[in-house]
Amino acid sequence: MMLMKRRDFLKAGAAAGAMASLYGCAGGGKASGHVIVVGGGYGGATIAKYLRMWSEGGVQVTLIERNPTFISCPISNLVIGGTKTMEDITVSYDGLKNKWGVRVIQDEVVAVDAAKRSISLKAGGAMTYDRLVLSPGVDFMWDQIPGLNNADAQEKILHAWKAGPQTVALRQQLEAMKDGGTYAIAIPKAPYRCPPGPYERACLVADYFKKNKPKSKVVILDANEDVVSKKGLFMKAWEDLYKGTLEYRNNSEVKDVDVKTNTAVLEFDKFKADVLNVIPPHRAGDIAAKSGLKLINNRWVDINWLSMEVNGTPGVHVLGDAIFPAPTMPKSGHMANQHGKLAAAAILNQLSGMEPSPTPVVMNTCYSFVDAKQAIHVASVHQYDAATKVVQPVKGAGGVSAARSELEGKVALGWAKNIWADMLA
Amino acid sequence: MKLLPTVAALSLLATTGAAQAADPNLARNLAATCANCHGTNGNALKGSGMDALAGTEKAKILQKLADFKSGDKPASIMHQISKGYTDEQLDLIAGYFAAQK
Ligand code: HEC
Repeated sequence: MMLMKRRDFLKAGAAAGAMASLYGCAGGGKASGHVIVVGGGYGGATIAKYLRMWSEGGVQVTLIERNPTFISCPISNLVIGGTKTMEDITVSYDGLKNKWGVRVIQDEVVAVDAAKRSISLKAGGAMTYDRLVLSPGVDFMWDQIPGLNNADAQEKILHAWKAGPQTVALRQQLEAMKDGGTYAIAIPKAPYRCPPGPYERACLVADYFKKNKPKSKVVILDANEDVVSKKGLFMKAWEDLYKGTLEYRNNSEVKDVDVKTNTAVLEFDKFKADVLNVIPPHRAGDIAAKSGLKLINNRWVDINWLSMEVNGTPGVHVLGDAIFPAPTMPKSGHMANQHGKLAAAAILNQLSGMEPSPTPVVMNTCYSFVDAKQAIHVASVHQYDAATKVVQPVKGAGGVSAARSELEGKVALGWAKNIWADMLA
Repeated sequence: MKLLPTVAALSLLATTGAAQAADPNLARNLAATCANCHGTNGNALKGSGMDALAGTEKAKILQKLADFKSGDKPASIMHQISKGYTDEQLDLIAGYFAAQK
């Protein structure tokens, strides 16, 4: 009896010893070091907060962001539709600064020297790091639409695919348009940021027209063969709510534009609109695409799913829309937030001499409004699979709404409030 | 508060015979995947319409999650989300939220 007990005790002690050597100071000492985060969107703001929170202030975090405030892409289509204001989708960085002790610098990173572990700032000067996190979102491949490859053209034919001044400008174009006019939105080939976003925008503009400019039309010029996201639910909304107002055209890739006449040039056809909204194809944001990091398809950063660390560039992590995604994983704000938490946990382990967790999980939800009040969702859960080394979608989990509803419209706004607080407050 | 997830992970290790070395912060990391809607550490914003989970009894959370999984509790989305996690993972998550203030 005694012996048994003693043996059990020894076994437990040995296991605890093995744990301690595996995890160094697990549950004991704090991680320390300096992490620079570039980009204060859904990915960057989340990791800045979570690094400070989970290290209990042990890790120094500098967040470099070019804009003075956070402006959300999700919910920005409601501003374009006219039922929300810019103020509703703007959040200050004060919570990160004052509550979490993140050093927030309004500037732009112009170069990364991964060998020296340093970055250069546009305003001048350099800064060194123990770990670097790039969360730069996307930049546009203007050369794919030659007529748009200059600043004047870009002020007239808008993308409004980064929330900010373009969101306001597109709303103004819609307000200025005469009744009986046509709004056309051009969607690039997937993958692009926010797969359901263009269809949501088309719905909300159609809703605005129906109520305010009933003779006007919405035309979707989709480069894809078919509706990329929530197809059944969107098509049902178009049929039930916008018949005669909204027209969907597949296989309609915009190859160029004629800026003077507001005309989209397709492969075999042309389309003239009163308000032309072209979302150009995009790739990883400049600082990630031009720092010598390994890219896939020359567009998206190749990362390791245990840590979001760039394959081949130790010490540099990339989050959000800029990465080459796992199967069925959308480029979304919700997902970027989850990348931020995965990387925060991994970096804190690495900064205290431990390996990242071998079993990370991330999940996504995208809500889309189909009119000012009703929304639909798509959700998925992704678990790390050691065989493929990728976070794979869990079969039988996730899915889309049973039907559009005002209940989900309320949940969508509740989601926005909570995720903004999860990142910034 | 900081020790709890470690203890939970240790007991998980003990039950699985330490075959796979789970991360000491596994419960914390898993629970963070719910925070986008239910708030950081389960503290959903008041008035946001989303349910707070912080400080809710572990058994209560587990029962609701089981009912979402089985379809007994009607839901707009939780039936789809809960099916993405193993019962062991949901156990860790529920334990973590129960321990939050
Ligand atoms: C996309 C938003 C979202 C995410 C992410 C999410 N939930 Fe939920 N949760 C909801 C909604 C909405 C409800 C209300 C039921 C419904 O309509 O699905 C809910 C309800 C619940 C409830 C019942 C609360 C009560 O008091 O009745 C529990 C428990 C719960 N969620 C746990 C979780 C856990 C655990 C996770 C992470 C694994 C999670 N949720 C992730 C949106 C979310």
